[in-house]
Amino acid sequence: MAEPLISNNIRRLRFEHNEMTQKDLADRVGVTRQTIVAIENAKYFPSLELAFRIARVFNTGVEDVFTFSLDEQ
Amino acid sequence: MSYHERRALLSIISTIGITALYVAFMLPRYPVEVDAYAPEVFRYWGNFFLLLIPVTIVARIVLEILFVIVNTIFTREAVSDRTDERDKLIELKSTRNALWTFMPVFVLAVGSLSFDVQPSVVFALLIAAGVLSSLVSDVSDFFFYRRGY
Repeated sequence: MAEPLISNNIRRLRFEHNEMTQKDLADRVGVTRQTIVAIENAKYFPSLELAFRIARVFNTGVEDVFTFSLDEQ
Repeated sequence: MSYHERRALLSIISTIGITALYVAFMLPRYPVEVDAYAPEVFRYWGNFFLLLIPVTIVARIVLEILFVIVNTIFTREAVSDRTDERDKLIELKSTRNALWTFMPVFVLAVGSLSFDVQPSVVFALLIAAGVLSSLVSDVSDFFFYRRGY
């Protein structure tokens, strides 16, 4: 089966929102800064609820923050 | 290295250290001059377990306080007691690994009774099961926080 790949634009979105820090974003969505670091580095994939919370902070849709693709190799 | 990784490392070191010191303290008090099935032997192991619990709790609390102080001094980062979904996921996985470690050693300890093994071996195996599962939980914590989840 193809491996799912989930990438994200959180770093870019933070930059576009007055260079919001990871700590600020973490506080606004109710997680630790380490969790934001792990998500940004694609080491951890957040729950659907957290994904929606992050998208809401940036006033955008989840699909603009996270991109899903299948590795067909 | 993140706060959680450092904390897991401290937990690994403290588990090994506390156990080693406690065993070194209790081992000379083992009643060697009596029969392996004598009441003194069972009393010894009862004391061993009963004392181990408060000693571990107090030692861990003291080490935790020292760790938080040293960590705050060196990193200038306020320690947050917030736990989020990733922390809970890691805790669940670590607990699962610890239980999978504890179960076979526990079964081995209890099962060894049917092979006429001395009670002291059974109790030693039970302690080993507890220490091993605690170590596996801490190592899992460290590994999962290092990997991301």
